[in-house]
Amino acid sequence: MTLHIDIPEETLSGILAKAFRNTAFVTGFVITVLILAMAVISYVWTPYDVTKLVIADKTQGSSLAHWFGTDHFGRDILSMIMVGARNSIAVALVAVGIGMGVGVPLGAFAAARGGLVDEALMRVNDLVFAFPALLSAIMITAIFGPGAVNAIIAIGIFNIPVFARVARAGALAIWPREFILAARAAGKSGTQISIEHVLPNIATLLLVQGTIQFALGILAEAGLSYLGLGAQPPMPSWGRMLFDAQTRMVVAPWMAIFPGMAIVITVLGLNLLGDGIADILDPRSRRQR
Amino acid sequence: MSLLEIDNLSLTIGDTQILKDMELSVAPGEVMGLVGESGSGKSMTALTVMRLLPHAARATGRVTFDGIDILAATEDQMCALRGDDIGMVFQEPMTALNPVKTIGEQVAEGIRWHTKATRAAAEERARKMLDRVGLPQARFPMSRYPHELSGGQRQRVVIAIACALKPKLLIADEPTTALDVVLQAQILDLLRDLVAESRMGLLLISHDLAVVTEMADRITILRRGEVMEAGDTARTLSEQLHPYTRQLAQASMHVPARASTHDASQSKPLLQVESVTRDYPGRRTSLFKRAASIRAVDNVSLSMQPGQSVALVGRSGCGKSTLARMILALDKPSSGTIRFRGEAVTGKSEAELKPARRDMQVVFQDPYGSFDPRQKVEKLVAEPLHVLDKKPTRAERREMVAHALHEVGLDQRDMDKYPHEFSGGQRQRLSIARAIITRPKLVVADEPVSALDVSIRAQILDLFAELNQKLGIAYLFITHDLTVARAITDEVLVMHDGRIVERGKTSEVLDHPHSEAARALVAAAPDLHRAIARRMQEQG
Repeated sequence: MTLHIDIPEETLSGILAKAFRNTAFVTGFVITVLILAMAVISYVWTPYDVTKLVIADKTQGSSLAHWFGTDHFGRDILSMIMVGARNSIAVALVAVGIGMGVGVPLGAFAAARGGLVDEALMRVNDLVFAFPALLSAIMITAIFGPGAVNAIIAIGIFNIPVFARVARAGALAIWPREFILAARAAGKSGTQISIEHVLPNIATLLLVQGTIQFALGILAEAGLSYLGLGAQPPMPSWGRMLFDAQTRMVVAPWMAIFPGMAIVITVLGLNLLGDGIADILDPRSRRQR
Repeated sequence: MSLLEIDNLSLTIGDTQILKDMELSVAPGEVMGLVGESGSGKSMTALTVMRLLPHAARATGRVTFDGIDILAATEDQMCALRGDDIGMVFQEPMTALNPVKTIGEQVAEGIRWHTKATRAAAEERARKMLDRVGLPQARFPMSRYPHELSGGQRQRVVIAIACALKPKLLIADEPTTALDVVLQAQILDLLRDLVAESRMGLLLISHDLAVVTEMADRITILRRGEVMEAGDTARTLSEQLHPYTRQLAQASMHVPARASTHDASQSKPLLQVESVTRDYPGRRTSLFKRAASIRAVDNVSLSMQPGQSVALVGRSGCGKSTLARMILALDKPSSGTIRFRGEAVTGKSEAELKPARRDMQVVFQDPYGSFDPRQKVEKLVAEPLHVLDKKPTRAERREMVAHALHEVGLDQRDMDKYPHEFSGGQRQRLSIARAIITRPKLVVADEPVSALDVSIRAQILDLFAELNQKLGIAYLFITHDLTVARAITDEVLVMHDGRIVERGKTSEVLDHPHSEAARALVAAAPDLHRAIARRMQEQG
């Protein structure tokens, strides 16, 4: 007889217990929560006002008064990083939302229809995918002008093919299953089957891809604002801070180090979180642990 | 002196007791049959002997093979044993072979590893072995890949790998369960010959009592990890001293009581299939050329009366599942028409099909794959209600699901559970509940009991028979198992290479088959009565 090693669908509490034993997940989760908390706190309180210039305090190193030092206008770097987190997270989150919102239905539709429609959709997808994302983002902001909203749209568009591919590949693996055949025999349409049976079964796949795209979105946003195409001053952003620090690297290295660390830690945290989720939910890696 | 001696073996995985005080022995040249239902620990016994248990498993007791204490042996010692002195044949020939290596390489691999032979010498031995298992050089060069072979041929390759080094013990874990009856008979013959040739011990693991009776000299019956009865096959099965042995034997031969067989003289046919043909386009050989198309179903006509139970039997690949899918309007015929209650279903849109869908449902083979693991039973069983004109309210829906669950012998509280909380037999009941919830006129069942244990299978057959009587549902049973056809159908259609080659009353066709295809099926079908009788005769 075959070994019907039936991997039980786990209860929520079981998954949570497993999650807290997974180091990658816990580390990623803690970092992500800290960054999110930082962004939220910045709405009600920051150590200093980031729009007030105090020329007397300009380019000071770390001190008790200014933990991360000040920039060339005398603004507190810690406060700027806190406010900048807001911007980075908002841009990346909405961009992931756009990518999922458009890409997942597109991929699921392509998988459900198959044939020429599938082929055509996926080739257009490849075309969008083939453009270097940052370059096209520069193009879009160049045409419509710089600003946070345009950065969101630009990054969002390049998330679409990623999600479309992942959704299609996942859906293609679900479609030949017998329970789909049963649903078809019950007279359900392709759209209905996609929503009721396919999407819930590929949700974990999309969740993992979502955290990875979130991290990439933060990097892309930093890149765009570094080039002056993201959030506009006086709104602080991590990429912009790096740009400002560039010419003063020798005199005031802290101006580059702290925003740089903020980007690295956030991206690392999100990637660990994504890895952790994938580990916890993937039955294969589950068996090894 | 036994070749393999298992004494007092207990096995736990985590907190679960898998085997308890297991005893078993195999002598050289002897076939030992290990029988039990799923979850009884048969496969785990085999894996213990091979020491291929999952990491969490803890085994205590004594397993001796040829004087070597298996449980205490080092991993190096085991590596030397596996594939050399102990060979293993797995159930699923599709997954037991590496798809990216040729069959020659796969057979030669073990020979080279264990004998340190040169590539050329190993390949020559591999070639001889492939010839021996019935894959001659002319038609099956060593450069073939597994995907180029059929299921039966692949199983021959697996056997060639296992027997390449003339092992002292061969463990065959359900070697024929994935094959149709004709292939099963061929593979069993091959195994029997190999055992006789080299005085190999064979541990044959199966859930099929008839197969084991035909093959084994001695038999061990396992239930929930404990040996129920062990001894000489003929005596054990003819005397049936142990109640569980009796239960198993009766379940394997079970025929549900059916009050009245249906008389087929009614006027209006429920289903008419008129010269239906289905071609699959051939593989693209180049950008512009295609290989000749493959005809899966060839000019098939049949008709069914309301309430009639019909079996469509044939070997795997004969086109029976394709025909079923076309009847269910899940696939379109290349030519021909299918009428359901006088109305054509071919070429209709999904919306126009709704009334037909309501009266036509399906039960699939695999009780594990036919449910979405992420939905609750209530939603899964209610799925076909979607074709009703008037959408039921939530309360009505729950009421209908509860009723359907009750009809298949499940509790109505089960509707808030997920499919993984049920056993295989219970899931097949769920499948049937889903099929009857719309009160259909026709249920197409594709191998509905072949994945189930004998006792569960007897219960499910009873359920089918009962629903046929109570609700007047007509069945189209698709199966390669003649005992199923005999148990609950009035009429049999025998299909071969896409055509229907014989049809008639079930008992007539199965007792006096005319066509060659039907004769082959009947001759190959394992039959417990016959097997026991033959065993008794042999012993005088």
